[in-house]
Amino acid sequence: MTQTNSTVAIQPSELGVNPLLEITNLNVYYGESHILRNVDMGVAAGKMVCLIGRNGVGKTTLLKSIMGLLKPRQGMIKLMGEPILTRTPDQRARSGIGYVPQGREIIPRLTVGENLLLGLEARPGKGRKAEIPEEIFDLFPVLKTMLWRMGGDLSGGQQQQLAIARALMGKPRLLVLDEPTEGIQPSIILEIEAAVRRIVETTGIGVLLVEQHLHFVRQADWYYAMQKGGIVAAGPTSELSNDVVQRFLAV
Amino acid sequence: MTQLLESLFGGLSIGSVLLLSALGLAIVFGLMGVINMAHGELMMLGAYTTFVVQNAFKKTPLEGFYIFFALIAAFIVTALLGLLLERGVIRYLYGRPLETLLATWGVSLILQQFVRSVSWQFIAGLLIFCLLFFGAMGVLSRLANFERIRGWVIGLMLPISAAISLTISHILGQTYKLAVTNPWFGTQGVDVTAPKWLRGGLPIVKEYQLPYTRLFIIVLTVVCVLGIYWFLNKTAWGLRIRAVTQNRNMSACLGIPTATVDALTFAIGSGLAGIAGCAVSLLGSVSPNTGQSYIVDTFMVVVVGGVGKLVGSIVAASAIGVISYVVSSNALGPLVGFSESLKGLFEFFATASMAKVMVFALIVIFLQFRPAGLFPQKGRTVDA
Ligand SMILES: Nc1ncnc2c1ncn2[C@@H]1O[C@H](COP(=O)(O)OP(=O)(O)OP(=O)(O)O)[C@@H](O)[C@H]1O
Ligand SMILES: [Mg+2]
Repeated sequence: MTQTNSTVAIQPSELGVNPLLEITNLNVYYGESHILRNVDMGVAAGKMVCLIGRNGVGKTTLLKSIMGLLKPRQGMIKLMGEPILTRTPDQRARSGIGYVPQGREIIPRLTVGENLLLGLEARPGKGRKAEIPEEIFDLFPVLKTMLWRMGGDLSGGQQQQLAIARALMGKPRLLVLDEPTEGIQPSIILEIEAAVRRIVETTGIGVLLVEQHLHFVRQADWYYAMQKGGIVAAGPTSELSNDVVQRFLAV
Repeated sequence: MTQLLESLFGGLSIGSVLLLSALGLAIVFGLMGVINMAHGELMMLGAYTTFVVQNAFKKTPLEGFYIFFALIAAFIVTALLGLLLERGVIRYLYGRPLETLLATWGVSLILQQFVRSVSWQFIAGLLIFCLLFFGAMGVLSRLANFERIRGWVIGLMLPISAAISLTISHILGQTYKLAVTNPWFGTQGVDVTAPKWLRGGLPIVKEYQLPYTRLFIIVLTVVCVLGIYWFLNKTAWGLRIRAVTQNRNMSACLGIPTATVDALTFAIGSGLAGIAGCAVSLLGSVSPNTGQSYIVDTFMVVVVGGVGKLVGSIVAASAIGVISYVVSSNALGPLVGFSESLKGLFEFFATASMAKVMVFALIVIFLQFRPAGLFPQKGRTVDA
């Protein structure tokens, strides 16, 4: 484990070679309350990076800032070397960020099929065919049987799989997942884990994951630990010590 | 029986006008959670467009069919105006419903006054002003340091272009006199006459015939409702609109260009107002105030129908239409002949304005029981 003061960036060595997402000195406020403090972090292509931290430390806030739902007061976010802070959320999605938010945010009164088709909106190059590729159903077979159900009528676990599938429809370069196992039974958690791992290995996209389940966290290549809105520790997940786990995971 | 049929058809035809005018408002309200107070004025402009098209087609072979061209023209004119309104004003006020309400109300007053005073002189002045001001802004915005001098440029160009355009239009007025200063429409109402084939009526029963214009409006409403239903449910843009209506933030995160969706929805809603205006022009004379008499009724339809459901608006419009007609025509009067006081009460409400009071009261009572309208949303509601 590597301890840092929060202004020093600790990043995986691959990042220098193949940076997908780079965040430097990010400061985000909700009104006057200072939520994110001098956050430095990065995600490399083909790698899975996990962000851990107790409830309310600002993990979702960080992901929302990456997506453009929140405006940072200070700092820089680059995607594939280009600054993206001036882009709107829809432009960022089209630049290659797939977002699976906390709480899933399935559009309730659209069918599962329509929800999936919306995922295509992020895909660059129009004139694409409005159909769902078979790979999606290979990853999440449940979805195939319920294309005509209303999104709002699915169970939590099914919605979570739909949310990930929807993000993948846009063929993102970076997949951002906010607590994809929250409130989901263990067997489905394993399925989601396996699917995410497979996506990283087969497509070479980068994944930024916020997670509380230790087993899932260990699937990642690298971790960042957050406390009071700052990154306070980072390292390869193989070196995750019990001490870190106890301090930063709410399990 | 005759009475019943008559009030049913009468009510339906009132309801279809209501529905036609509420349709656009309901779509925009569902998307942004805001009532566009200028919706009535967009209707009024649609009606005036019909008037203009009718005059243009006078004494041409297509005279009998001007109404179809008028429908298209009304849709285009009001849709473009709606687009301008959204891009120019409303998009800066998203998330601030109260301010949007006030701003659109202001726009409605401007539009009324515009119709009263528009003349060639007025148009020329306006065009020159826009050309000078926006032309200068366009040219100067190429300068590298434009952002810094922007305030100065506006402060300087606004009075200059205003002065020039005022002077020119004044000179125009002096030289050509009435030919250019005479308002096109004036404050008096103008009359649209229905084409020949729409005059007369369909005899339903002996004493009552359904005017063809009413029938035409009912058919027009059905066509519009079906068209909108098809657009929302079967096209890619319809899917985007439904997604943004239900969850704006997530739709944006999926890559849907929400700004374009807003502009498009607003344009379509406004275009529907134009079509409604075209229909209204067949029912009576059109004046700059025409829109005002419709906005409250259409607002009621949207409130009673509930947000985001087309069915709600349809049922609400028909119900309000039938109730208004039944109350104002005192159709139930004869049924209560047994009681003098009840009969008196019914007669008391049997005028247009008292019927409106009655409908208002019924709606207030209804909303006590169903605060979210006829068809409330299940699950999470729109977060605009
Ligand atoms: N809309 C908001 N307005 C004001 N404060 C907020 C808002 N959303 C979150 N916060 C605050 O910001 C802080 C960080 O919230 P955030 O949602 O990022 O936490 P988190 O790390 O994702 O927590 P969890 O593990 O519970 O999801 C919290 O203290 C929270 O109270
Ligand atoms: Mg969170």
